[in-house]
Amino acid sequence: MGRNRVVVTGMGVVSPNGVGLPAFKEAIKTGKSGIEHYEELERLKFRCTIGGTPRIEEELMARTFTELELKRLTASGVIYGIIAGMEAWNDAGLEVNASHDAEPLWDAGTIFGTGMCAMDTARDAFYKTDDLKVRKLGTTIVEQTMPSGISAFLGGRFGLGNQVSSNASACSTGSESIIMCYERIQAGKAKIMLAGGCDGGGPYVWGGFDAMRVLCYKHNDEPQKASRPMSATASGFVPGSGGGALVLESLESALERGAHIYGEIIAGFTNSGGQRGTGTMTAPNEAGTQRCIKEAIEIAGVRVEEIDLISGHLTSTMGDVLEVNNWSKALGLGKKDFPMINSLKSMTGHCLSAAGAIESIASFMQLEEGFIHPSLNVEEIHPEILKNIDESCVVRGFEKQEINIIAKSSFGFGDVNSCLIFKKYPA
Amino acid sequence: MNREELKAKLKEIIEPYVQNKEALENATEETSLLLDLEINSAHLVDIILDMEEAFDIEIDDENAERMMTIGQALDISEKLLEED
Repeated sequence: MGRNRVVVTGMGVVSPNGVGLPAFKEAIKTGKSGIEHYEELERLKFRCTIGGTPRIEEELMARTFTELELKRLTASGVIYGIIAGMEAWNDAGLEVNASHDAEPLWDAGTIFGTGMCAMDTARDAFYKTDDLKVRKLGTTIVEQTMPSGISAFLGGRFGLGNQVSSNASACSTGSESIIMCYERIQAGKAKIMLAGGCDGGGPYVWGGFDAMRVLCYKHNDEPQKASRPMSATASGFVPGSGGGALVLESLESALERGAHIYGEIIAGFTNSGGQRGTGTMTAPNEAGTQRCIKEAIEIAGVRVEEIDLISGHLTSTMGDVLEVNNWSKALGLGKKDFPMINSLKSMTGHCLSAAGAIESIASFMQLEEGFIHPSLNVEEIHPEILKNIDESCVVRGFEKQEINIIAKSSFGFGDVNSCLIFKKYPA
Repeated sequence: MNREELKAKLKEIIEPYVQNKEALENATEETSLLLDLEINSAHLVDIILDMEEAFDIEIDDENAERMMTIGQALDISEKLLEED
């Protein structure tokens, strides 16, 4: 049996540098940073007092949620995920029959990933519980703090009757979600799957990273300069938050509906380095990363020379050097033949579980319209990176350019990797 | 607060949870919260929390279980307010 081809027919985005598709596209074309300084982090004595938080207008909240839902909804990550999911569904031109008598959509489902979507909400609940007020928690703590809260909400809103669940693989989550949904459609088990990832922000999400000393603390007074992937002066990632969602659909179903097609997913692969070799809880086993990239390219059936652009994981840490080295080894290309490479995190910070989804949305915008988005703050490229690739491969400013194939990667704690290959449609 | 004022306040509290808004417009003391107003039973817990906050009372489980109609909700609130 032939495997189904899978295309993207809808997208929704809640990013620190732009909420909603039009604002986000404008932001990534103009190189708009969403990084700000937060007084609260200063007061709480964080080393890193900057971060990225999407700005959600009250009007958008009122349009997305009912009055009742708004009453007790406090989990920022859940809010970002749901807003992104609803925009994507709507963008795909999929209608919602809200009637209780309506037949569930047996061929449509969602695997929506998250990491720490409701830390603030959980914190309030802990305080009430310790204060002997467990009966005052209300009825929405569980649905807001469970990882499948986003998929459960969206499943009910759209009437999804196929798989409705959640995935988690730290900072690989968003990309992994796309891979899992892609595989489900490819295997013929569903026609439409909503993929996505989201994470909340603020001190209770970012504190653990601050304590690990992996966040940038050298640019608290110039937040927009702090996220500098591939730069010689990258000194830690800038924490972000947000949500991204993509409607994946079998090509057949998309053509049948006459849906708008952003592009095609021609491969996805996810693996782990097993925390062996150079791999640990927080560092990748290089062999695992390279293997993941190679497997994805093999599934895609493309030659490495055909890859026009790499949308890197590139977090603005020393890991960037290792990542570029892994790409270089996996592709086996000479310094000048290496594809162009850029990092969305230079504008958004690291949106954790949302990162892979938001970066994939940026990838499809670049594919469809034929441009390469800027990568901010790469004044001086790290010398170790230049040992593997030519300076001209590192994107700095906006470039108008037709691109046919993008490779997107994400990596996460637990030594987990994911790699996706996107292709322009029609080619 | 007299019973009419209390009723007006109660309607305000339960309004977001009510699925049949028309039934709320015409609600009498006999109107059932679940059957007529089509309130999701899981939300009765939230309504009780909102009433506790608005009236500064504490509704125990026994009272909560007896609260099936608008009239019963008013009876319980009035009783607890008097005890206060």
